Amino acid sequence: MRAYENITGLPPLVADQPADQLPRLLPAGFAAGPASLAEHIGRYGLLPSSSGDRPDRQALIGEVERSGLTGRGGAAFPTARKLAAVAAQAAPVVVANGTEGEPASAKDKVLLARSPHLVLDGAVLAAAMVGARQAVVVVHQSVREILDQAVAERRRAGLDRVRIRLVTGADRFVGGEASAVVHWIERGVPAPTLTPPRLSERGLGGKPTLVQNVETLAHLALVARYGASWFRALGTAREPGTMLVTILGAVNEPCVHEIAIGTPVGEVLSLAGGASAPLQALLLGGYFGRWAGASEAVPLPFSTAGLAPLGAGPGAGLIAALPADACGLAETARVVRYLADESAGQCGPCLFGLDAVAGEVQRLADGRTSSLATLRRWLGQVDGRGACRHPDGTVGLIRSALTVFAAELDQHAQGWCCATRRGAVLPVPPRRQP
Amino acid sequence: MTRPARLRVDPIACDGRGLCAEILPGLITLDDWGYPVIQGEVPAALVADAGEAVRVCPKLALHLEKRR
Amino acid sequence: MSVAAAVAGSQGLWFVSRASGLALLASFSAVLVLGVAARLGSAPRRWARFAVPEVHRTLALFSVAFLALHVLTAILDPFVTIGWAATVLPFASGYRTLAIGLGTLAVDLGGAVLLTSLIRRRLGYRAWRAVHWLAYLAWPVAFVHSLTAGHDLGLWWVALIEWGCAIAVATAVLARVLQSIRHPRPAGQRSASFDRLTPQKGALR
Repeated sequence: MRAYENITGLPPLVADQPADQLPRLLPAGFAAGPASLAEHIGRYGLLPSSSGDRPDRQALIGEVERSGLTGRGGAAFPTARKLAAVAAQAAPVVVANGTEGEPASAKDKVLLARSPHLVLDGAVLAAAMVGARQAVVVVHQSVREILDQAVAERRRAGLDRVRIRLVTGADRFVGGEASAVVHWIERGVPAPTLTPPRLSERGLGGKPTLVQNVETLAHLALVARYGASWFRALGTAREPGTMLVTILGAVNEPCVHEIAIGTPVGEVLSLAGGASAPLQALLLGGYFGRWAGASEAVPLPFSTAGLAPLGAGPGAGLIAALPADACGLAETARVVRYLADESAGQCGPCLFGLDAVAGEVQRLADGRTSSLATLRRWLGQVDGRGACRHPDGTVGLIRSALTVFAAELDQHAQGWCCATRRGAVLPVPPRRQP
Repeated sequence: MTRPARLRVDPIACDGRGLCAEILPGLITLDDWGYPVIQGEVPAALVADAGEAVRVCPKLALHLEKRR
Repeated sequence: MSVAAAVAGSQGLWFVSRASGLALLASFSAVLVLGVAARLGSAPRRWARFAVPEVHRTLALFSVAFLALHVLTAILDPFVTIGWAATVLPFASGYRTLAIGLGTLAVDLGGAVLLTSLIRRRLGYRAWRAVHWLAYLAWPVAFVHSLTAGHDLGLWWVALIEWGCAIAVATAVLARVLQSIRHPRPAGQRSASFDRLTPQKGALR
């Protein structure tokens, strides 16, 4: 079964992409609007034809393994391993996860808005590699229309053998979690489910399901075209390739940029026009990430290995810059209150524990309490006690705040705060009505 | 010799009713909101009681994984 | 007529059938009330939390003994022809088809509840719970059976037992309904908070 057909009349040659040049995923020069199918094929060429037979699939999966591609949704799981696990099962399904429930992160939305066809290529390719007939692409509502048009373009060109189904993602923080996405598609409920059984064994409609972040799939579509060596030309030896990073906070031009993994944090900040004010700390990875002191973090490579000494990681590709005149505890308290409100409400320790913890962090930020005993006790009771990582991520964020903002804790205990900035730095959606 | 067994709580099914903690007070404690925290593996002497706790759970949220 | 003569004579089986039927109604009613109490978390303060569900379960299993006695003595009674089929097939009795049939129906419904409860771990929570609701149907069917098939309502203490059971069950059902109204489960989403029934020591909500 031929997975891809060239009946568009466009040149079938794979256009050369210089290996060590950025950007790879996003259109050069940040052209406004999405790349059309013609522009997409003009730049990247078509996906290489594949017979879809098992040896072909295995060869492709082997190439992906050599490339060292890992998931770009935050967990960084080796993509080839996931593909192999699902390919070994019967009648699988592919889910492309572009929900991006994290309010501070915009990379998936930007990728889908600028290079929808690259993502769709990746989804179709992943489906062919695991033997799935359907790819469900979950996208944020802000880019739904663009994806509708892109899918329609491909349908008119008869490009894909795999059926692409578009679903608008749930507008909730936990909505982006893999099992929550499947639950959302199946039943309209954006709540994580219990694993075991793993999604790769039993997921959407009871079938083995491959859930991949849309950025991972975009990289996959490039690895299939240009190969593992090309992919590894940028990035580090242990963490090859590029990644999209959302840079926000006290920077001059908050944006989404594509960087080679391992780029020094300071250089990443300069891509966003540099800091707009002296910085005290950086939030690395997202709202489930870790705070780090600005001066400690800036020289380090933005990679899992590079940030490990600070107990942090690139996470879902996010750097938020906290200026010196803002209060890190107040920012953390706002984010933690949001995370507590966003609990799916299925597990007691998360629903009640995070609520209590959020109140306690707010008290610390307000200077109404100075004792950490209750907070630490509750953090210990909440960590790892839910069906998903929501409580764990929140606990990690708070623990890093207690370390990085220890001096502020002392100040607040004595009744004063050195912050002068009034406005919020980290974006938090307004509290939803109960 | 049978290896000790492990108790597992399904956190989504669990409603914090607390029956399990009553039957296995040394092994299961309740957190500040009434939800069970399993304190380690089930010693051989308590396996029968653990089975009882599993049966009694009103939400069928407790599972005993025996290991050979 | 003296008890000895009644038991010794052919009235014996009939007597035991009626007596066990009353006992069965009382124990079934108690089981239902206990079931509601287990669901609502209501119990005397000194009781362990597992006490009410366990008594509910034990009494339910015990009631099977009353049921067996009640049904067997009725079938074996030479004065009336009910037939073995009527033990499980409703309205298969030649004698007082409707009244006996209701009893059979109650047994079928209650039996389903009991059997699914015995295998509930294998069945899964959702399926078990769905069948368990039939208990609320089994009771009124059993009650109407007791009114139509029973002969002894003229006796003041029998009427007292019947009324007592009815009031107890009605109270329990009312409490259960109020619980559903006060704490409705949102459609399509389970939420931990709506099932928190028993106030926990040291709870902060």
